Amino acid sequence: MFPADLKYTKDHEWLKPAGDGTALVGITQYAQDALGDVVFVDLPEVGAAFAAGEEFGTVESVKTVSELNMPAAGEVLEVNAALAEHPEAVNEDPYGKGWMVKVKLTGDLAGLLDAKAYEALVSAESH
Amino acid sequence: MSTPVSDLMKTPLNAAHRALNAKMVDFGGWDMPVQYPGGIIAEHEAVRTRAGLFDVSHMGEIRVKGPGALALVEHLTPNAVANLAIGQVHYTAFLYENGTFVDDLLVYREGEHEFLLVVNAGNSDKDFAWVQQHAPAYDCTVVNESPATGQIALQGPLSLSILQPLTKTALAPIGYYFFTHGEVAGIKCLISRTGYTGEDGFELYCAAGDTEPLWNAVLEAGRPLGLAPAGLGCRNTLRLECKMALYGHEIDDSIHALEAGLGWIVKLDKGDFIGRAALLAAKAAPAPRKLVGFKTLEKRDIARDHMPVVQDGKQIGFVTSAAPSPTCGINLGLAYVPTELAKVGGRIQIEIRSRAVEAEIIPTPFYKRAK
Repeated sequence: MFPADLKYTKDHEWLKPAGDGTALVGITQYAQDALGDVVFVDLPEVGAAFAAGEEFGTVESVKTVSELNMPAAGEVLEVNAALAEHPEAVNEDPYGKGWMVKVKLTGDLAGLLDAKAYEALVSAESH
Repeated sequence: MSTPVSDLMKTPLNAAHRALNAKMVDFGGWDMPVQYPGGIIAEHEAVRTRAGLFDVSHMGEIRVKGPGALALVEHLTPNAVANLAIGQVHYTAFLYENGTFVDDLLVYREGEHEFLLVVNAGNSDKDFAWVQQHAPAYDCTVVNESPATGQIALQGPLSLSILQPLTKTALAPIGYYFFTHGEVAGIKCLISRTGYTGEDGFELYCAAGDTEPLWNAVLEAGRPLGLAPAGLGCRNTLRLECKMALYGHEIDDSIHALEAGLGWIVKLDKGDFIGRAALLAAKAAPAPRKLVGFKTLEKRDIARDHMPVVQDGKQIGFVTSAAPSPTCGINLGLAYVPTELAKVGGRIQIEIRSRAVEAEIIPTPFYKRAK
């Protein structure tokens, strides 16, 4: 449920470093399940720069809306344009087709959780 | 702090929901299913195209019986109770003296001198106290039957086809907003052709202990026809598309019956009732605000409950309920706006996360089923 090669935030985003200074960002299985059916993902412009923890967009489900916060400082290289037509990919494949932005990392990954620590956090939240 | 699950009230179907892997939420102090694994959109669509089954056992039931019952219910509600035939139901409200809402409810006429009042779960205790407070002047008994009563709602175009094989009662002759008593799957029920989704359907009231076998029998009978268990999430989007009021949103103790667009339940000429004088006065003066339906113009602009309606940076109204509409495919909502702006085709602005976005006032209900 929480792949070991990803880094996680307390706000339920994930970050997947590619090893070349770039990374993909999305929301976790736990987050998509809590939101329910996703109907719209509001994403930033390519080129926009964000600090770690800064809001970079929103994800809207039928029943609620949630802010998207950048796990680490970075500049947006690409957004997942397919989500405009298929926002349900966030529910169906949160770590794959449901990715949201690709960023060039401009800071470190300090403060992010590994899969084990994130799983512990989620299990505390849901009990 | 949210209430610990152990302190929430539970319907007789709590274990059944958990066995179906429902996502449970605190709904006004009740531990209720917001959705099952299929999700809100799939459940919404099941109700519009096939059928959905809801647990509504949290609703409150108050029975008023005796020679003074009719007079008491007439006094407490604005609709014309005397016009109800035995076996007929109507939508109405409990109002305060100023015409605002204690609650909205259904009145079932069980007999010449016997009525069943079905009220919202979250208001159930307040409503029972309200009825009791006014009852002493009338020759009747008032009993809170809520804990002893279970209720499920079968809603959607295939409801009749699903339910008929389970009962000897002929269902087709039961008109919309009529009811009868009978057995469903061998269980004694009040069978009511009513609902809160805008679709054809039946609400079944039974003894609390019979709720789970009744639920299981209907669910099993309906599965081959595409019946899905349906949660509170789609119950909200379904009722919103039909502009059906929800207490705490379109109606509450600060909004009166006429501005809520519920003039049709207010029979000012039926004789006195609580709230009549205030509503007579309200009717004589121009209404300062009105409930309208709107859609936002951009796909990304999704209004939500309680957001402000703004004009030139000032709040002039508020959204009561709003959501992306699964049936209509647009972002819908209901809002109170100043009467001079309440025209179909007119524009209003809604503040969504500090941004004023454009919305157009459109006709309601947003959805109406084909007859």
